[in-house]
Amino acid sequence: MSRGFYSENIKQLPPDPLFGIKTRCAKDTRPEKVDLGIGAYRDDQGKPWILPSVRKAEKLLHESDDYNHEYLPIPGLKQFTQLAAKVILGDDSKAISEDRVVSVQSLSGTGSLHLAGEFVAKFFVPKSSDESSKATIYVSDPTWANHIQIFEHCGLEVQKYPYWNAATKSLRIKEYVETIQKAPKGSIFLLHATAHNPTGMDPTEEQWKVILKAISDNGHLPLFDCAYQGFTTGSLAKDAWALRYAIDSGLYSFPGVLVCQSFAKNCGMYGERIGAFHVILPEHNQALNSAVFSQLSKLIRSEISNPPGYGAKIVSLVLSHPELRKQWQQDLITMSSRIMGMRKDLVAELQRLNTPGVWTHITQQKGMFSFTGLSPSQVQELAEKYAIYMSGNGRASIAGLNPGNVKYVAKAIDAVVREGN
Amino acid sequence: MLRQKALFTVTLKRSNSFLIGQRYRQSTWGNVPQAPPDKILGLKDLFQADDNPNKIDLGVGAYRDNNGNPWIPLSVRHAENILYNTEKEKEYSPILGNNTFITCVQRLLFSQDAYGRRLLNDGRIATAQGLSGTGSLKILAEFLRRFNPEGPVMLPDPTWANHKSIMQYSGLRTETYRYYDCNKKSINIEGMLDDINMCKPGTVILIHLCCHNPTGADLKLEDWHKVIEILHHKELIPFFDSAYLGLCSGDPIKDLKPLFMVNKAVVEGHLPTYLLAQSFAKNMGLYGERVGSFSIICSDKSEKQRVNSQLAQIVRSTYSSPPCHGSKLVSIILSNENLYSEWLTDIKTMAERLNSVRIMLFESLTNKYHSDVDWSHLLTQRGMFCLSGLTRQAGPKT
Repeated sequence: MSRGFYSENIKQLPPDPLFGIKTRCAKDTRPEKVDLGIGAYRDDQGKPWILPSVRKAEKLLHESDDYNHEYLPIPGLKQFTQLAAKVILGDDSKAISEDRVVSVQSLSGTGSLHLAGEFVAKFFVPKSSDESSKATIYVSDPTWANHIQIFEHCGLEVQKYPYWNAATKSLRIKEYVETIQKAPKGSIFLLHATAHNPTGMDPTEEQWKVILKAISDNGHLPLFDCAYQGFTTGSLAKDAWALRYAIDSGLYSFPGVLVCQSFAKNCGMYGERIGAFHVILPEHNQALNSAVFSQLSKLIRSEISNPPGYGAKIVSLVLSHPELRKQWQQDLITMSSRIMGMRKDLVAELQRLNTPGVWTHITQQKGMFSFTGLSPSQVQELAEKYAIYMSGNGRASIAGLNPGNVKYVAKAIDAVVREGN
Repeated sequence: MLRQKALFTVTLKRSNSFLIGQRYRQSTWGNVPQAPPDKILGLKDLFQADDNPNKIDLGVGAYRDNNGNPWIPLSVRHAENILYNTEKEKEYSPILGNNTFITCVQRLLFSQDAYGRRLLNDGRIATAQGLSGTGSLKILAEFLRRFNPEGPVMLPDPTWANHKSIMQYSGLRTETYRYYDCNKKSINIEGMLDDINMCKPGTVILIHLCCHNPTGADLKLEDWHKVIEILHHKELIPFFDSAYLGLCSGDPIKDLKPLFMVNKAVVEGHLPTYLLAQSFAKNMGLYGERVGSFSIICSDKSEKQRVNSQLAQIVRSTYSSPPCHGSKLVSIILSNENLYSEWLTDIKTMAERLNSVRIMLFESLTNKYHSDVDWSHLLTQRGMFCLSGLTRQAGPKT
């Protein structure tokens, strides 16, 4: 037949590791099935949960006379991006008051990381002596399953920095800092602002100071990926501590700070795709602010024209209405404390069963996930024998646990661990 | 070490607007130039800044009612109410979009003709949810970059201002084919056919399905015949952009006629494939919710699976999954008999108002103001836009 581009060179790619789990779990007809795969919050009945603050905001929006579906401006809803910047950087952020922050709306966390990758690939002057080399971004080992392909898609070189010590379940801080020191000057370091995905293990404050100092001393650019602000402790300020310290302490001379912010989890707005990308510049320069803003706008226009309106309007209402804001704070505490409670319950049950191994890391880890330490074969057995689904690397979404299934899950983990021994 | 310092110094000198202070700051962002405002959306800013009480916005392509206000179609209002009262979750959509949405869209676009139904039944059509027209064009462009990197994308002259950016930012080369004759104010069909006839196999030909933007001048069905012939003989890849389905004739099914001809050519083995980007921005008034679709005709079911896996990887590495709100509204409307009928009425309302305004403008210019310009193209063109023929000097004073 005549020419077409589709032919033998279009290879079948495997399903996405995380979305793929959801699909397999959905197809499983066993009534006892438990989905600990994708990072989406569930209530204690195992159901998706639309936050009360979001429901209230939706009511306000639907009852308002000027609710419509008109195009947003290319960089998004200004009220949203301004509020989002305050949420992440703090109401009293120096960077905001000194007008050093350029913000655009993004398609949740992934969209924000994509903008960061494209922006850096085009405009971040690498500081190595080889001008033609690609900018390099360092991601933690391990990191979120999707990070590497996001940056490779943008044409960046991706390297890893040591992070998780599987044997001791702790931070490999020495090797981490060594990697920062050895990286070519002007590399980008991707930092999980809070609730590291997939390990749940964050650096301590002291460790953060060491890491940030090393990044600054070696002329690198920090990129904070913040998808769980408010989810870790229930407090926005506590969870943004590392990021705000990096930006406002005045101790560091970064060439800039990039912040990728998602409202998928902390507002339960997963499918609405609402987030923001912030470029924090080291000094106030109106012309540069304007240039950066115009280039991000040009990029957005060439990819989606303008971002979706609904999620931005809802989150704006939640953030700007005092009553809704208060409700949201409560919702954050509801979610984070339920997850913390389930961590405790799971560990208590494993200890009650005398499951071989040490399980306290599960209660020490933060955020939605736990890096259980289960091996790929154990994970597979959990899925095949017990209809319990989690990522192949042992990452379990604790949000999927509830009083109705936690004993069952503990029993199954106990069984697969004993079988292995 | 010295060499590195020199590099920093050069960069600093280039960007003279940086405050140096006591600390040595590298002007890391020294090469970020100011980009010009968007050609179309930038007009909105100018309009809003204008304090003339008589100002009129004929810039961006968004439908307005007879009072000049945004208009939410009744079908959409009803769908909004249903969604508001029934939505139980805001979970992630699947990467390629919700299955109900995909089924509804495929039914709308491909099951209205026998050949389309045949392609659907044979499992040859890969369809996914996209971010309105732009986002759908973008993902298809990324797909072309991977699997057809050589073939340039031929764009009609003129075309929507953003087509070139979308293609070029995706790493594709673009060229133009003659389309509109500004003097005759009609399609230069001979020029178009000659130009696409000169293309090498594998060249992608982008064609507006109906309501050409910006001219409003569409190919006649007999022109489509000739175009399809050349696409076949020259082994070219058609890429259709459908942003105004229903706004040409008032009936979306009628506006699909060119696609029926193309489907026939595919089923009969004359065309191996085509790409289709489709938007619900205008015909459902869902502009800001960013909902549309993209489709690729594949050789068989197994190829469709492979193509879907590649499309999924592109989406996953750029935005993970599409926004759900708009797609839920579309699904509600297309899967509910009453709302679907209501939607057809809404489209008719919009198309009729647009066409009546054309007539009024024509009559005013011709009979009231006795313009010495021939404005009859206003009556034959369709859709939201009209290429006025006014020169740049007649535009807004900047």
